[in-house]
Amino acid sequence: MTETLPMTGANIQVNAVGLSKNDYRGAPSTLCQGCGHNSISNQIITALYEMNITPDSVAKFSGIGCSSKSPTYFLNRSFGFNGLHGRMPSVATGGLFGDHTIKGVSLSGDGDTASIGMGQFKHAVRRNVNMVYIVENNGVYGLTKGQFSATADVGLTLKKQGTNHTMPIDICMEAIAANATFVARSFAGDPKQVKELLKAALSHNGTALLDIISPCVTFNNHENALHSYAWGKDHEAPLHEISFVPARDEIMLEADMQEGDIREVQLHDGSTIVLKKIDKDYNPTHRWEALKMLEEAERENLLVTGLIYVEPGKPSLTDTYDLVDTPLNRLAEADLRPSRESLDTINAMMF
Amino acid sequence: MDKRIVNDFSITVGTVNGSGSSTANNTILRALFKMGIPVSGKNLFPSNIQGLPTWYTIRVNKDGFVARHDEHEVVIAINPGSFARDLAEIQPGGAFFYADDIKQPITRTDISVYPMPIKQIVREQVDLPTNLRDLVSNMVYVGILAQMIGMDLDKILAALTFHFKGKEKPITMNFNAVKAGAEWAKANLEKKDPFYVEPMNKTDGLIMADGNLAAALGSIYGGLQFAAWYPITPATSVAESINEYLPKLRQRADGKHTYAVVQAEDELAAIGMAIGAGWSGLRSMTSTSGPGLSLMTEFAGLAYYAEVPIVVWDVQRMGPSTGLPTRTSQGDLTFVAFMGHGDTQQVILLPGGVDECFEFGWKALDLAERLQTPVFVLSDLDMGMNQWMCRPFQYPETSMDRGKVLWEKDLEDLKGIWGRYQDKDGDGIPYRTVPGNKHPLAAYFLRGTGHDDYAKYSEEVPVWLKNMDRLKKKHETAKKYVPAPVLHTTKGATIGILAYGSTEAAVQEARHQLNVQHGIKADYLRVRALPFTAEVGKFIAKHDLIYVIDMNREGQMHQLLTLEYPASATRLVSVAYGDGMPASAKWVREGILAKYKRPVATKKPDRVKKTGTAKAAKKAAQAKPASRSRKAAVTSSKKKVVKKSSASKARK
Repeated sequence: MTETLPMTGANIQVNAVGLSKNDYRGAPSTLCQGCGHNSISNQIITALYEMNITPDSVAKFSGIGCSSKSPTYFLNRSFGFNGLHGRMPSVATGGLFGDHTIKGVSLSGDGDTASIGMGQFKHAVRRNVNMVYIVENNGVYGLTKGQFSATADVGLTLKKQGTNHTMPIDICMEAIAANATFVARSFAGDPKQVKELLKAALSHNGTALLDIISPCVTFNNHENALHSYAWGKDHEAPLHEISFVPARDEIMLEADMQEGDIREVQLHDGSTIVLKKIDKDYNPTHRWEALKMLEEAERENLLVTGLIYVEPGKPSLTDTYDLVDTPLNRLAEADLRPSRESLDTINAMMF
Repeated sequence: MDKRIVNDFSITVGTVNGSGSSTANNTILRALFKMGIPVSGKNLFPSNIQGLPTWYTIRVNKDGFVARHDEHEVVIAINPGSFARDLAEIQPGGAFFYADDIKQPITRTDISVYPMPIKQIVREQVDLPTNLRDLVSNMVYVGILAQMIGMDLDKILAALTFHFKGKEKPITMNFNAVKAGAEWAKANLEKKDPFYVEPMNKTDGLIMADGNLAAALGSIYGGLQFAAWYPITPATSVAESINEYLPKLRQRADGKHTYAVVQAEDELAAIGMAIGAGWSGLRSMTSTSGPGLSLMTEFAGLAYYAEVPIVVWDVQRMGPSTGLPTRTSQGDLTFVAFMGHGDTQQVILLPGGVDECFEFGWKALDLAERLQTPVFVLSDLDMGMNQWMCRPFQYPETSMDRGKVLWEKDLEDLKGIWGRYQDKDGDGIPYRTVPGNKHPLAAYFLRGTGHDDYAKYSEEVPVWLKNMDRLKKKHETAKKYVPAPVLHTTKGATIGILAYGSTEAAVQEARHQLNVQHGIKADYLRVRALPFTAEVGKFIAKHDLIYVIDMNREGQMHQLLTLEYPASATRLVSVAYGDGMPASAKWVREGILAKYKRPVATKKPDRVKKTGTAKAAKKAAQAKPASRSRKAAVTSSKKKVVKKSSASKARK
C-alpha cells in the first residue's frame, strides 16, 4: 500500500524509502520574504527526508497565526489539522489516538503557545503527547500586524504599541516546569542546528519542545531586539555542537571531536544525539542544571541554543494507554460493540 | 381514619446534605419499585458538599404517573434547619414523621404527627460500632416508614443487597437498623394517617437507572473509542460511568485497550481532544453542562464548519452563568441550536427518558459519523442524575454506521481522484479519509478557514458560497436520519401539546388531568431532534392551537418553532417555566389552562391531512419503540383511572 508518487525521470534523488524531497514539500509559502518560519519549514522537509520518515507516518497540527499557517508549506502528503488559536495541543492530543503509530509535527507561535494557549501547551507537555512541538518564536503578533506577544523582551519598542514593560515568558523554562521530557532552543538563522535538533526531536518518544527564535522581518527586527536576526547572530551561545546519529547506524564521531568533549544521549529508538561541549560541562539530563543554565543565560543576556533538557525513556501519552496493536481507527464493529448477552447482564444488574 | 389512600402519594425526606441519607432514600425507592408500584425519586440537593438542606422526594402512583408531585403528603423531617419549612409545606391530612431530638414547636393540628426517637433506637443497637451510628441511623426512619405505610421488609433487604453489592456486613448492619425502626414503630405508634402501599405488578419487566449511566452505556454499545471530559455537575457521572463500564465491557484476552478516556484540563481541551479524535477516525464524545458548553462554543463552530464528527452530551443545569448548578433546566436549547459564531446550525437529539438516553447514546455516534458534524444530545439534571424506572436497554437494532470514509482500497478504485468537501452524492455529505491511510493521495489539511472542495485555502466568493450552501443542504439531509417525534393521539382532541425531554412524565399526567378534570382532549407530540422533521410541521398544521411546553423562561422550543414555521406562529402558544425543579404535572396543566382558549371550530384541517398525520403517527410509534415504557404504563392504567376518577377527584 505504501505507494510512491510516480517519478518524473530517473535521476531524481530518492531516500531509503524511495521518496524524493518533493514528496515532502508543501504549497508555496505565502509568508513574508525572509521570514524565519520559511527556513524552519525547509529544515522540517530536509530532516524528514533524511530520516526516511514517510509522510503518512506523521500528522501536522497547528493553531492560528503566521507560524500555524506554515504546515501548509511542507508535507503535502501528510494529514494536517489547522485548528483554533491556542488549541493545537488538545487537537493533537486527541488526534494522535486514531493511529498510535503516527507522530505529530506541531507548529505554534509565541502568541499561540505562550499567551492564549499557555494552559494547553503546558498540559500537552505534562501528558507527554507524542509530537514535536515547534514554537516559532518572534516576540510579536504578525497576522494582526505587530502587537507584543508574551515573549517580547522588556524595553522593546514597537511602532504603534509603544514600549513593553512586562517581563517575558521563557517557553523552555515553562516546559521544564511542566515536566517536559525534551526541551531545546534554536535560532532560525542557524539551519544546521535547527535540522539536527529536529531530527533528535523526531526520534524522541513524547513531546519534544523546540523553541525556535524566528525573527519577524516585518514587525520585530530591530537590531537590539532579542528576536531579531542581528541580535540572534551576535548573542547566540550554542550549548554544544550537535550531531544527530540515527538508530542502527554505526556511531561515527567526527575526527575533530575529542574524547571527553562529547556527550552522547541515547533516544528511545536507539538513535543518539551527540553533543560537543563548547565551554562548560553541561548535562542536559539534569532538570535543575537546565533551569539554572537558563536563568544564568538570561542574566548574561545570552541566547542559549541547543538541547537544554532531555529525559528519554519516559512513556508517551499513547504508551500509557496500552492500546491494541491495530490502530484504533481501523478497528471494526466486532472489536467495538459489546455483545448482546452482555447487555442482558447489564439490564439484570439495573435492579 | 375513614379512607385509605393506597399507592398514590409522595414521600419527602428533609435532610442535611452529606449526611449519608441518600442510601436510605434510595432504599425506600428501590423497595417500592420491587413491590411493583410505579415510583420515581428526585434528589433536590444544594451546590454544597456538606451542611445545607436537601430533600429527596418520592412519588408513588398506581397509575404510572411519576412526575414530581408538588404536594407533600408524607414528610420525614430529620433536618432541624428545614424543620419549620417541612412542617409548613405538608398537605392537610398528611403524615409528619420527625426526629424527636428536634425541639421545635408543632402547631398544626390538621396532620398526623409521629416523633421518632432515632438516636435512642440506634443506641440500643449494641453491635453497632460508634463511628457508624450516624450513617446507619438513617435506616431507622426507613424501618419506621416501612412499618407505618406497609412496605415489605424483604424488599428493603433486596434493595440493600443491591446497594451494597451483596456485601454481608453492611447489609446486615443496615437491615438491623431498619428492623429496629420497624419494631419500635409497631410497638409504639398508632396509625392515624390514610397512606398505605400495597404490592402491584406494574414494574414487571422494567429496570431502574439514571440517564447519565444510560448515556454512558449507550455510547459504549455505540462502539465509543474516545472520550475527553472535565468534571462538572450534573454531567460528571456520564464520564465516570464510562470509566466504570468500558473496561468491563470491552475487555480483551491480551489486556490491551480499544479505547481511551482522557480527563482534560478544562472543557476547551475536552472538546478539542474529542474533535482531534473524531477527525482521526474514532467514535468520539465529550460530556458537559452549561458553563462547560459555553467554553466549547468556538470548537463547536470549527467542528460544524470543518465537518468533524463528534458527540457532545449536555446534561443541562439551570443558567445563565453559574446559575443553580444542582437544579434542572431545558435552558440550552436555542444556544446549542446555533452554537458557534457566523451561520451555524447544529444537530440536536432530545431524549425523553432514561431508555432513550441509552438509545441516543449509540445513535448519536452513528449520526455524527454519517453526517460528519457535531451531534449534541440534550439531557438534563433530572433525567441524568435521578433514578427513573424505564424499559430495559435495547440492543442496537442496526449495525454501526461509520459514514462515508475512504480507505486505501477505495482510493485505489477512485484512482485517487477525490475531494474532501466535494458533494459527490448530492446530499451535502462529502467523503473523508482519516490519518494512517497510506494511499499517497489520502491526506488533506483540515482547516477552519475558507476552503474549497479539496480542502485548500480559499477566499473566493463562489467557493465560500458553494460550501455554505452545501452545509445547509447537509443540515436538510439530517432530517432523514434524526429520530422522528413520538405522537400520542386522543380521539376528539381539540388542542395539541408539543414538548420534549424530561417533561415527558409531567406532560402525560397533565394531559390526562386536562381530559378528566377539564374535558380538554389533547394530542401530544414529543419532539426528539433538531432539525425538525416533517412530522413536526404536520402536527402544527393539524392543530388550531399548539401548546409548547418548555422548562425555561424564554420558551426556547417555542422560539425555534416560530422561526421554522412563521406562518403558524400565532397558533403556537408558549407554556414556559423554569425554577430548577423537575417538571410537575401541575405546572404543565395550569400553564396550559392559564393560556387556554377554546379552539374555534370553524377551520378544521381537511381529511387528507388527517390521514397523513395518522399514518405518520403510526409510523413514528412503530419506528421508535423506545418511548413506550411510560406510554404503555399510562395507557394501560388510563382505563382504570377513568373509572376511578370520581374517587381520586374527591380527594383533591
